[in-house]
Amino acid sequence: MAELIVNVLLACIVAAAAIFLVVNWNRGGMRKKQRIMLVRILTAAALLLALQCFPAETFSRAFPLTGRWVRLAVYLLDYLIIGYDILKKAWKGMKNRQVFDECFLMAVATLGALALAIYENGEYLEAIAVMLFYQIGEWFQSYAVGKSRRNISDLMDIRPDYANVERDGKLEQMDPGEIEVGTVIVVQPGEKVPIDGIVVEGTSTLNTSALTGESLPREVKTGDQIISGCINMTGLLRIETSREFGESTVSKILDLVENASSRKSKSEDFISKFARVYTPAVCYAALALALLPPAARTLFLNVSPEWGVWLYRALTFLVISCPCALVISIPLSFFAGIGGASREGVLVKGSNYLETLAQVDCVVFDKTGTLTQGTFSVSGVHHSDLSDEKLIAYAALAESASSHPISKSLQQAYGLELDRSRVSDIQEISGNGVVAKVDEKIVAVGNDKLMNRLQVEHIPCRQVGTIVHVAIDGAYAGHIVISDVLKPSAKEAISRLHGAGVKRTMMLTGDASAVAASVAAEIGVDAVFSELLPADKVSKVEELLEQKSPKSKLAFVGDGINDAPVLSRADIGIAMGAMGSDAAIEAADVVLMDDDPLKIAKAIRISRKCLGIVYQNIIFALGVKLICLGLGALGVANMWFAIFADVGVMVLAVLNAIRALFVKNL
Amino acid sequence: MKKTYKIEVDCANCANKMEEAAQKTPGVQSATVNFMTLKMIVEFDEGQDPKAVMQEVRKNCKKVEDDCEIYL
Repeated sequence: MAELIVNVLLACIVAAAAIFLVVNWNRGGMRKKQRIMLVRILTAAALLLALQCFPAETFSRAFPLTGRWVRLAVYLLDYLIIGYDILKKAWKGMKNRQVFDECFLMAVATLGALALAIYENGEYLEAIAVMLFYQIGEWFQSYAVGKSRRNISDLMDIRPDYANVERDGKLEQMDPGEIEVGTVIVVQPGEKVPIDGIVVEGTSTLNTSALTGESLPREVKTGDQIISGCINMTGLLRIETSREFGESTVSKILDLVENASSRKSKSEDFISKFARVYTPAVCYAALALALLPPAARTLFLNVSPEWGVWLYRALTFLVISCPCALVISIPLSFFAGIGGASREGVLVKGSNYLETLAQVDCVVFDKTGTLTQGTFSVSGVHHSDLSDEKLIAYAALAESASSHPISKSLQQAYGLELDRSRVSDIQEISGNGVVAKVDEKIVAVGNDKLMNRLQVEHIPCRQVGTIVHVAIDGAYAGHIVISDVLKPSAKEAISRLHGAGVKRTMMLTGDASAVAASVAAEIGVDAVFSELLPADKVSKVEELLEQKSPKSKLAFVGDGINDAPVLSRADIGIAMGAMGSDAAIEAADVVLMDDDPLKIAKAIRISRKCLGIVYQNIIFALGVKLICLGLGALGVANMWFAIFADVGVMVLAVLNAIRALFVKNL
Repeated sequence: MKKTYKIEVDCANCANKMEEAAQKTPGVQSATVNFMTLKMIVEFDEGQDPKAVMQEVRKNCKKVEDDCEIYL
């Protein structure tokens, strides 16, 4: 029965390897090394399968005198085909005193098994098969890692290859690194914007999805800032570069993502320390297993020592001693996690930060620019007999000479070009407002004080914000509320954070407490601290850091413009809306490319998924190895079992790790 | 001074061994091997010549993992 399974398995390997080779021969999916290895696996497996058909008796019948040795020679040949490089490496390792090298261990284990077989003229199959499966495992690992390495790099392929410069009416492709600041470059439809700059000619639609994960295209026109890495979709653009290539957004992002996996996480450190101890420990255990039980049996129990049995069990130990499944799956998970996150517009600056992010249970927000738009705009018009548009028009016209932020937001709400000829006799009353003649009507625009001064009965507003009263020809015409507008997704962002397992959400703001409290209530944050100066924010975060339990982590979310000190003080700093802002990329540990607060919950979910996979892999791989060691010592598990456990765990761990890449629907 | 080198190595554990070997090389302040991007980031001690130090690093890495390569 066992024989049959082995034969079927070998046949499957031969078929799979052959098909794979034929299909991929000309596609360049494999490196040369991998291809050679696959050919060796195919040859060795086929030869082994053929040899399976000839039992030992066939050889002694064919070669009466030397049958045993001919058989050995053929098997040895097969062994060398599949394992010569392992033997070579083991020998070199021994010369360099690297005894606990897995090649050395595999060599000892298989040569040991061969020696036992020669001694008994028994089954050579096992030793060769162990080597064969070990090599298949290594091949698979190398292929899977190479494949995911390429996949992830392709995903992040936003690196522009060239920049078009116009010379004598002709477009010339140049290395973006050679373009000087202030050069005008041309970006044709379908091309990537290679360098940050300002549009000097043309209008177009940009696809920013490679940078932000946002599929909504962005319109640009002459005079707009444009960042590298976007794809020009419709029109021809001429761009005056404002930075060098190396300083451009696309280079910075690529640099950041590529180096992110070099900042190692605690799990990776744990595993590499563990691997250093694990292999030697298993080897010494194997040595003890080979020597102690037989010795004890002869000396104390007076039974036959059974050296062969115990030696075989010790060799089984060596097969399980390779820590590769463990060591490969952890960095691969983090790499895939970081790659997947960057695809969604979440840049994580290191594996360690991804790890911290997963432990966050308290998120502190800066209000302005994070939960709100950060720009003031008209949020309501009340008690007006005129139409809203008309009232805003009067107010905007009266304020047309002012450069105050309020007048700017009025103008913005008005939306049309201001016709200044309609306005005359502008009278600015400092600290109160403006009185002006608009369309031959006297329009007064200002605060309570202005209304009191003009003795106009006005209606106070219950809504929070800056209130602009308007009186026309001495009669009250209503008021306009101007406030910092909440982002449309702010409320959902908070509830999703709670849904993602964040226990507390807090908001810090410099605003008056009434404003802050109303915003907090509207979006549903758990606590709010208002009227804070920038320095107070740091001390507040420090206070919160002291209060929390050491295990849980605190994240601070800011827009990266004026809260860099707080970003770096928190356990993990998240900057949002970072497109083009260097300060944010510098100060934060996690950078959200667009300013959608929903991405915070997404980032946390991505990190939790990634870390979940890491822990699954650690526990699964370690668990299986320990069980195998136990079974091997008891003699339940033979070498077959060991090599399947080893390779199988590795394959499953690698496949599981690649799962971290798929984060789109989190 | 910090420099990044491209490397070639086949297994993750070997990458860890290379990292250890590089860290132990005199003149190297810290070394990180990134197996996923196949890069070695080496920070040199003050006043060391990176070229000379990297020759040693390469030699030491070859000792622990015969099959590796560092592109200098």
